[in-house]
Amino acid sequence: MPLGGIAVSFAIFGGFVGLAGANVLDVYYQMYRGAFGSWFSFQNTLVRAAPLTLTALCTALPAQLGLVIIGGEGALVLGALGAVVAAHAVDGGNPWVGLFAMAAAGCAVGGALVALEGALRTLRGVNETISSLLLNYIAIGVFKHLVEGPMRDPASLNKPSTRPIGEAYALGTIPGMDVHWGLVYGVIACVAAYVLMRRTAFGFAAKVIGGNARAAQLSGLAVHRVVIVTCGLAGAAAGLAGMVEVAAVHGTANASIIVGYGYTGVLVAFLARQHPLGILPVAVLIGGIGASGGLLQRTEHLPDAAVNVLQGILFVVILASETLRGRFGAQVARVPRSPPRPAPAAPTQKAA
Amino acid sequence: MSDGVGGIWGLPIALVGGALRVSAPYLFVSLGECLTEKSGRINLGQEGTLIMGAMSGYGVSYLSGSPWLGVLAAGCVGVVLGAAHAWLCSLPRVNDVAVGIALMLFGTGLAFFLGKPLIQPKAPRLSSFELGAWSSSAPVRAALEINGLFLVGVAAAFAMRFVFQRTRWGLVVRIVGEDADAARALGYDVNRVRFAATAVGGFFAGVGGSFLSLYYPGSWSEGLSSGQGLMAVALVIFARWDPVRCLLASLLFGGAGAIGPALQSIGILGGYNLYATAPYVLTFVIMIATSSARRTLAGQPAELTVAR
Repeated sequence: MPLGGIAVSFAIFGGFVGLAGANVLDVYYQMYRGAFGSWFSFQNTLVRAAPLTLTALCTALPAQLGLVIIGGEGALVLGALGAVVAAHAVDGGNPWVGLFAMAAAGCAVGGALVALEGALRTLRGVNETISSLLLNYIAIGVFKHLVEGPMRDPASLNKPSTRPIGEAYALGTIPGMDVHWGLVYGVIACVAAYVLMRRTAFGFAAKVIGGNARAAQLSGLAVHRVVIVTCGLAGAAAGLAGMVEVAAVHGTANASIIVGYGYTGVLVAFLARQHPLGILPVAVLIGGIGASGGLLQRTEHLPDAAVNVLQGILFVVILASETLRGRFGAQVARVPRSPPRPAPAAPTQKAA
Repeated sequence: MSDGVGGIWGLPIALVGGALRVSAPYLFVSLGECLTEKSGRINLGQEGTLIMGAMSGYGVSYLSGSPWLGVLAAGCVGVVLGAAHAWLCSLPRVNDVAVGIALMLFGTGLAFFLGKPLIQPKAPRLSSFELGAWSSSAPVRAALEINGLFLVGVAAAFAMRFVFQRTRWGLVVRIVGEDADAARALGYDVNRVRFAATAVGGFFAGVGGSFLSLYYPGSWSEGLSSGQGLMAVALVIFARWDPVRCLLASLLFGGAGAIGPALQSIGILGGYNLYATAPYVLTFVIMIATSSARRTLAGQPAELTVAR
């Protein structure tokens, strides 16, 4: 975790809220209190961190291939929708069957969406960053259309929602905590992603493609397949986040799902330097910042967007600090990672 | 012809009028992005610049009472954000796509933070020319209300094409975008040229934002922009890095964005959220149709990472 960059970001943020007329030390204290100060607030932080671990994978997995995908938001909302459809399809069944169907549907829908982005990139050379952003907007439009139209529960008057999935299919909490099982899903997914990318032949192939797609193709690697499968897994993680939000938090699909977990996941992935295990502590940190937003609003009278400002500062500072990497001692210059520049997954016939 | 909204001409008139209004932000952002990309860099942060421009333009217009001063302020804020992008990208090992995403989040967050007190007050808006005054039909007159800022954008598109094709500055920007090594060999400072191109590109995006808040829809709110800054990036690809084609593409995108409101105006209300995705679907389809795994696009600056 780039601790130096985080410290610099908090210092800049302090200067910013100071200029906005707040007591800087008090702001820091309230943020700590809102995020980690008590068992209650820490659990709130973990509940926010759970979907972030999954949406961050949506960016971090394709990043191993040198792709910059920011389609987590779209995969999350469509995954949520898929989970609701699955829950209704197996209505009244065994809770395990219901939860499995919801998770499978969420993964399938989210995975298909991001796999499409990867396929377009590798087969047709469509820029994956822009296509994933466009598909986010399209996915949200489809989500709103279905939730406010064909799938709307007539009983939801003020806030258009789908029919609830029912108490039986709700995702429970981890024993002894008020945190739902989605956090465990996220931890398992990140560990699995780490094993896949760092300990298997598939992960090695992905790394080679991320280094030089043309060389990978010439050495006989199935570039297209690795790209599409990796993107599919990435989307499945974000789709699972949508399922978790439906099954554990909202109990139905409505506009409350669209709070930007997908975009915040991009930030988490970059802060973790695209390392699957690095995502876990970063997600807790960013979840904590999000959790403290409400307290800042109440006690310091700062707008709720203060959290967005801090996130933006963090993102910019971390990227800028990339330039200093490897200059301060050896502990930061461990493994030569895939270069941050998005290398092509599709070879072009450019003379260079 | 009657004034009735159900007339057979109702839909096309509403579409044309909508296209003229909705296209201006696309036009300005795509012109700015065109300039930036011609110099060999992509700035996805234009979305953040657009929103910051909308907020600051509205704020300055409210405080000073002059909407045109607001437009200028929005442009200056855009210059600052563009310069920030250019400076960050000039650092070694910093990726321009990622910096763009970061500045998009930062600009949006900052605009929401600073713009909180601006949601209530009413700022003076930009005035417009009544080109439809000859007509007795209200929808026609409404459709042909042209804003002065839009005409400035149209002029800027032609001026920018002239600069690219006929002037020394334009040539330098193109050299830097085509082959940075060659530009260095000729003695040009690549980073300085890109800095200027990105900063001026930010100016355009900021002005585009002020159009949103000062003319159409004409107020400041957090839901003001819906990704116009991002679509402009795809639009530049579609327009093959030609400013005048950016103008035509903006009108097309504006028309797509106007489908929903136009259908509403003639009384079709269902599926509003689906019609609202029309510009995104259009962009997406165009991107797929114009991309190819085997060749780079005609007119594409060779230094651009977006399709490399």
